[in-house]
Amino acid sequence: MDSLLTYENVEISFEKCPVIHNISFSLHEGEILALVGESGSGKSTLIRSALGLLNDNGKVTGGKISYKGTNLLSLREREMRQIRGAEIGMIFQDAKGSLCPIRTIGDQILESIAAHKNINKADAKSKALELFEKLNFKNPEKLWNSYPFELSGGMNQRAAIAITMLLNPSILLADEPTSALDVAVQKQVVEEILALRELFGSAIIIVTHDISVASAMADTVIVLKDGHMMEYGPAKEILHNPTNDYTKMLLSAVPRLKRRQEIV
Amino acid sequence: MDEMITVNNVSKNFISRGNSDTLALKGVSFSLEHGETLGIVGESGSGKSTVAKLITGLISPTKGEIRICDNDIQRQKGENPLELYSKIQMVFQNPVESFNPRKTLGYSIGESLRNRGFSASAASTMVAELLEKVGLTAEFATKYPHQVSGGQCQRAAIARALAVEPNILVCDEATSALDVTVQKQIMELLDELRKTRDLSIIFICHNLALVQSFCDRVIVLYDGVIVEQGRPNDIINNPQAEYTKSLVDSIL
Repeated sequence: MDSLLTYENVEISFEKCPVIHNISFSLHEGEILALVGESGSGKSTLIRSALGLLNDNGKVTGGKISYKGTNLLSLREREMRQIRGAEIGMIFQDAKGSLCPIRTIGDQILESIAAHKNINKADAKSKALELFEKLNFKNPEKLWNSYPFELSGGMNQRAAIAITMLLNPSILLADEPTSALDVAVQKQVVEEILALRELFGSAIIIVTHDISVASAMADTVIVLKDGHMMEYGPAKEILHNPTNDYTKMLLSAVPRLKRRQEIV
Repeated sequence: MDEMITVNNVSKNFISRGNSDTLALKGVSFSLEHGETLGIVGESGSGKSTVAKLITGLISPTKGEIRICDNDIQRQKGENPLELYSKIQMVFQNPVESFNPRKTLGYSIGESLRNRGFSASAASTMVAELLEKVGLTAEFATKYPHQVSGGQCQRAAIARALAVEPNILVCDEATSALDVTVQKQIMELLDELRKTRDLSIIFICHNLALVQSFCDRVIVLYDGVIVEQGRPNDIINNPQAEYTKSLVDSIL
């Protein structure tokens, strides 16, 4: 199985000061990769770099990031726009903030589809409503006509995920998609992302500081600390039998719910 | 003085012009015993923070009575709020925003001491001691909130709350904004403080696992109503209310 996205010895610097050091990994079709670590460890920086979304003083100063064999770092802005959204989609922690506040969800869906595909509005809408239904949204038509401020945090995030997936990207980058949500809603979003993988077969990179989210979703895990990769491998091994001292420390800090069988 | 806090049939209605009113709490009653750590869990909008603001006197109830160490806080407030604040103190979710950004941490921690008549130099000696008690060093007194990490800032916020030697500490999602590793350190600090000082704690948190490991008793709030209360282990392993069941089920 060929890899979709490959990072090779990537180094990223902000104002000439390296913050991500020598990171290599590859993402395969249908794989869910979780990037875990504390705030400031470089998780978001690492995935943003793939889409050229680092801010002005951030630059990839070493290595290579390639998507299906194309080096993303050598693309011009125009070429990058063909990739962004259509090939590699992204969702953010603050879903409401990532949507336009003065336009309806439907409008924003039409805009994103029109940017990449030649399709008329009626078809785009029916396609969107069909996806809403597949994802068990209660009232697709109402969601289509809603403004982000009329929706709860969880619904906004679910809508943002649906908008991103309508373009059918091969990769979904999810930057802390559940961190601002209540546990009950968090579970819904996690289940939705898993359902989308079933539907579309997309590969997903999820950035999270929540180890339980990582263990509920991920096939593979990367543990980051201060921009260094501490551990990389199958989720089961890393989250259950960590070998690295930092990973062990991180896992031991996670409060776990003790259910009956464990208390005795 | 066994009951530190008594909340008796309290309702809180937020009136907003043009919109329908929000009934945030609907007839809530509970108490906090001396030396106890009481957890309050529930989803966003369930009324957890409204409870915190009511018992610390930041807002007043629409209906019902709240007693802190056997004083009715309604009447206390007009007369001598300092008296009330020396009994109950609060630690907030966002430590950086809970400090005045233009004042040093030392200034903010010492403010309550100076308000109580300590001289500036006596207050700053006490601030240094407080900082050391929460695992920081005296140098942090000269730093501004934006110059320290979230975890360090939360320690400073705890020092600020402890300055007046309160009997009750209200932690409103005090660790929710912190990384798990930092969260663990803050929980260890709180645990040590409740062992070494005469502290009763209200611990508001949406993380059931944390509540289970830290609290003696827990209240489950849903839509402004207490749907269940009891020992954390009982509630987690044998939830009675529908909401509690779904809450426990949604833990990944």
